Formats: sequence, structure tokens, C-alpha cells
Amino acid sequence: MEKFTTHRGVGAPLKQSNVDTDQIIPAVYLKRITKTGFDDALFAGWRKNPEFVLNQPEYRNASVLVAGADFGTGSSREHAVWALRDYGFKAVISSRFADIFRGNSGKQGLLAAQVDQSDVELLWKLMEEQPGVEIQVDLESRTVTCGPVTVPFQIDDYTRWRLMEGLDDIGLTLQHEADIDAYERTRPAFKPTTLPART
Amino acid sequence: MTSTQTTAPRTLAEKVWNDHLVRQGEAGRPDLIYIDLHLLHEVTSPQAFEGLRLAGRGLRRTDLTIATEDHNTPTENIFSTIADETSRKQIETLRRNCEEFGVRLHSLGDAEQGIVHVVGPQLGLTQPGMTVVCGDSHTSTHGAFGALAFGIGTSEVEHVMATQTLSLAPFKTMAINVEGTLKPGVSSKDIILAVIAKIGTGGGQGHVLEYRGSAIRSLSMEARMTICNMSIEAGARAGMIAPDQTTFDYVQGRPHAPQGEDWDAAVEYWKTLHTDEGATFDREVFINADELEPFVTWGTNPGQGVPLSQAVPDPEDAGDDNAKDAARRALEYMGLEAGTPMKQIPVDTVFLGSCTNSRIEDLRAAAAIVKGRSKAENVRVMVVPGSAKVRLQAEAEGLDKVFTDFGADWRFAGCSMCLGMNPDQLAPGERCASTSNRNFEGRQGKGGRTHLVSPVVAAATAVRGTLSAPSDLDPVA
Repeated sequence: MEKFTTHRGVGAPLKQSNVDTDQIIPAVYLKRITKTGFDDALFAGWRKNPEFVLNQPEYRNASVLVAGADFGTGSSREHAVWALRDYGFKAVISSRFADIFRGNSGKQGLLAAQVDQSDVELLWKLMEEQPGVEIQVDLESRTVTCGPVTVPFQIDDYTRWRLMEGLDDIGLTLQHEADIDAYERTRPAFKPTTLPART
Repeated sequence: MTSTQTTAPRTLAEKVWNDHLVRQGEAGRPDLIYIDLHLLHEVTSPQAFEGLRLAGRGLRRTDLTIATEDHNTPTENIFSTIADETSRKQIETLRRNCEEFGVRLHSLGDAEQGIVHVVGPQLGLTQPGMTVVCGDSHTSTHGAFGALAFGIGTSEVEHVMATQTLSLAPFKTMAINVEGTLKPGVSSKDIILAVIAKIGTGGGQGHVLEYRGSAIRSLSMEARMTICNMSIEAGARAGMIAPDQTTFDYVQGRPHAPQGEDWDAAVEYWKTLHTDEGATFDREVFINADELEPFVTWGTNPGQGVPLSQAVPDPEDAGDDNAKDAARRALEYMGLEAGTPMKQIPVDTVFLGSCTNSRIEDLRAAAAIVKGRSKAENVRVMVVPGSAKVRLQAEAEGLDKVFTDFGADWRFAGCSMCLGMNPDQLAPGERCASTSNRNFEGRQGKGGRTHLVSPVVAAATAVRGTLSAPSDLDPVA
């Protein structure tokens, strides 16, 4: 995973709440077995509409998405994060993220920055006044800056640290392999195993 | 047990969490939690297996891992080659991966194949007090047994494969107290739809919901699974119900249930898995079961629901500007007008299936309604058992005959029309009363319109052709 400290890029306003992962990437695109190449699948249903925000010339190269509350609800598909990443988004700003989506983002170097709903609306207003305006997200200071306005965002300390260091989760856990071995020795005998198979 | 000794009263979720602590996080770091059971399916696993391969890692505990094929699979002609090339390739990839890494797999055509959240409990692999994960948000289903069960993304799937653990910050807890007695025709699906309408699709964010109260205690295991299944639709990480005699009776005798002395030790432990007197939840919600009616969604998220006896709500009554805007968008997508009585809305399709409502009790309840009746003309009715085992049991009870006499399609097991991924899909504009869990735009097929309902409401709707409760039906002649 690449290290993330700060990013500056064109902001795109997605003025909707409850953007579920079926909208971010419809199920039909989940049949692929690769982890990249999902840019065409992002918001596939909505992108057919010429009015959709990402079809407007000023937002075509957007890399910071500013969306309504409850972004990423529904299915656990990490493909939603891969599609955002492959399209070119580095950060998503919302007033509330679904838990699984937020977790998946942190594993893939996509910053999920939580701000107050009033700040989402302020950013929407700034983007409407000046379409194509750039937004800066700074993970060090946990702030979002757009023009003259700077607002704080929330992210948990651990995810922030991992993003800033670009650390692989599995590698970190395997440092504690002795603890896992020790735990396994204490598991009760009545816990089920899938093998040998009984039917 | 490895349980942390403490005298402070604890919630059920805290007990299960503590009993799986491999390592307590220090200085703001997450805890390392052991995973007792890892369920796999074809959609969210290929990239995780590939990750292991690229890193030269093995799968740590194949004996705590099991896979099935469900999302991509057809529910007709299951014995011929899968027609869709990318679906076929994904299924073949799962088969190759399971073989290479030594994972037990129940493939299409196998007697144990089915929806992953039906298969686990059916085999007796889901038991109280376990941690259960799967790359699938509806893993919350298994919480009905008093397990801590939740969906994860593919990176976490790979993490569990490699380490049998997850790094997690502790969840908050919320009590959903449901007291009273359900009226006839009202089911556990209506309880959970009412909960979601009350707390909203983000209301449970960061929380484990514990469903409690007399109405919950009186439910069967399968009805409890329906409730816990849709915890994710309330935004929660997981849903749980404390195990009791109903739970023990359901588990006992299943293929992977403990036996002999192990059974006694297990039950002794399971009996400790309840929220202690005096334990506090971060939040509490109260629902009166006596007042619940059959529920139905009118919009494009599961929180947009009303009692079936009511009308399509007016977006102008929907809270703040964002909620009004969301409601207007939803009505436009759904092709509905505010003020239309829900029961006057005609449907094109009725879908009985999905990990929410495809178990034998669901099929029995629907069959009891349609028996001796004919389906409404012009309505397509699909009945899709949750597993091959459920299908066989239904056939042994003659339910398949009841459904086919009624005019329904009797299918093989799989996720089917719950998600637009296999051949079972809605056409653009097609309207469906569905026992599944998500009414998102395009969820059941591009442009499809979904109304979430219980199995008995689905059955009554299939009879009348408009959204209906069982009490709306004329007696069988």
C-alpha cells in the first residue's frame, strides 16, 4: 500500500445520502477475479445519465468525492473501493460511512474522511460556486481545505497511522504469531471444525 | 475458558469478544480477535486467494474454513455448464483455489450446496459464542445463535485466511427490546423492517445490536436468523440473540454439533452467554410487538418502509432537505405517487428466497397461504430454497407440489434474484414483492423495483397481484 499523507485534487459533489455499494458498483461487475481494472464499473448505472456529476467536464478528473450521509452502505464488496480507486479517487468525504466500507477503504489506501454534515454542505456550496475547484485533504492535520475554508475530519488513529506508513495488515499481525499459537492452545475441545467433513 | 476474569456486568457481545481476545490492543491500537469459523463463496474470495499466493502464504486453518457456491449460480439447469462465461470462470476459480489450499467446498449439485448463511447453521457449524466471518455483509445472520458474526471485505478475508484473526476496535452495543406478542400474519421480518424504519439505515453504525425481550424469546431459530440477517440494513456491524433452549435444541444432532461430553461442556458454556443483570448498552431502543403490522418498503433503501395498511408517504413530510430529496428520488425510481395506498400497488413478480427468508419454515409459511389457491394472472412467482437440503426437505413434505400447483416456479438453491448477478433478474421497470433484504436501485436487476416483504405477505401478494396481507385473502373455496 502506498503511503498517504496529503492529497490535493478536483472535488466532485455527490449530493445524495445512502449511496449504497450496489450503486458504487453493480453486482454484475463482481464476477471478475482480478483486483484492478474496475474504473469502468464505478457508478455504472448512474454514469449512463449525461446529467450525472462525473459526466460533467469540470468533474471528469475529480479525485476527491464529497457525498451525503451513509456512504457505502449495504454489501461488503471491497470492489466498491477498488472501483473508486481505479477511477482515480484518493479520498471520499462524507458525514457518515458504513462500517465495512470504511474498513475496506483503509485497507486499500483510499481515505474515508468523516466531517460534519454542515461541512459537507459547505463544501458542496463551494464546489457549486466554482465547479472544478480543488480540495486538499491532509491526513497529518486531519483537515480538509477548499479555497479559504478549512474544516476538520475524523479518522481513527490506527487507520491514520497505517495509511501514513503504508503498512500491510497481515504483516503486522504475523508479528504476533506466538500469541495466536498460544490462544489456539486454549480453545475448548467442543468448538467445531469443518474437517473432517460430516454431513 | 480464556475469558477475562471480571466482576463488572457485561453484555453478551462483550463476553464473546473477550473470549476471543488473542491480544489486547495497546495505545489506541485495535484488539486481535480469533475467528472460529470462516465462510467463503465465489465472489469475494478470488482476490484473497491470489493475495496469499503472491505473498507465498498458506491458509492457516483449513479446518475452520468452508466454502460454497451461491451468488453466481443458476437456479435452473444446474447440471449443465454455466452459460455466462465470467460467472463460470469465477466458479471454476473457487473450485481450483479450494483444491489448491485444501478448503472444503460444497459445489453446485452437491446435497450441502446453498446460500452460505443457510449452509453454516444447517450443518451445525454455527454455534453459540463463536466468532463467524465471511466476505458477505449478511454474515450477521449467524448472530441468531449468540455468535458474534459479521461481514468483512476481501482484504480481511485474506487476513483471516493467513492468520485466523482480525484486527478490530471493539464495537459499541445497542439493545433492541421487543416486548409483547406478534399478531397472526406478522412475522420476524416485520420486526426487523420496523426496527430499520425506526433507527434508519445508519442508526446501528459501529454497534452490535442485541435483540431482546419476550417477542424475541418466543421466535424459532429460523425466525431469529431473519432478524439478525438484516442487522446490516440498520447499519450495524452485527446482530445477536442470547442462546436459550430453542438454540440448543436447534443445534443438537446436526452433523457438526458437539457430541457426548463435548455437548455437555458446550451447553454449560453457552448458558453463560447472556447479558448480565446491570450491564449497560451504549443505546437502547424499544419496540412494542403488540402494535406491529405487516411491513413493506416503498423506497430504495430498507429504512423507507411503512405498515402495509398505510399509503406511500409524502416526501414533503420526510424530515430535513436531504431526506426529502432522497424520498423524491426514491419515488421517481419506484414509479410511485405519494398517497397511493400500498395495497393498491400491483406487482409483476413475487420472489420467495434469499439468505433472509429461504429456510424450511419460510417455505412452509408461504405454502400454507397459497395452498388450494391460484396465483394472480400476469404475476411471475419464483420460489428458491436456500439450500439443496431445504429443497429436498420441502419436496419430502410436498411443498414443491403446493407451489407448482399454485403456478410458481420451483427452483434449485442459490442467492437467485436477491442480487442481479445470476440469470434470475428483474427487467427494467419490473416491480417485485421480494422476501430478500435490499431494495436498492437496480439490486434485483437494472431498473427493477423492489418492495421488501415477509414470506406470508409475498404469498398473499402472489394470490391477489397487489401488495397484500394474508388477512386480505378470501377463504379458500
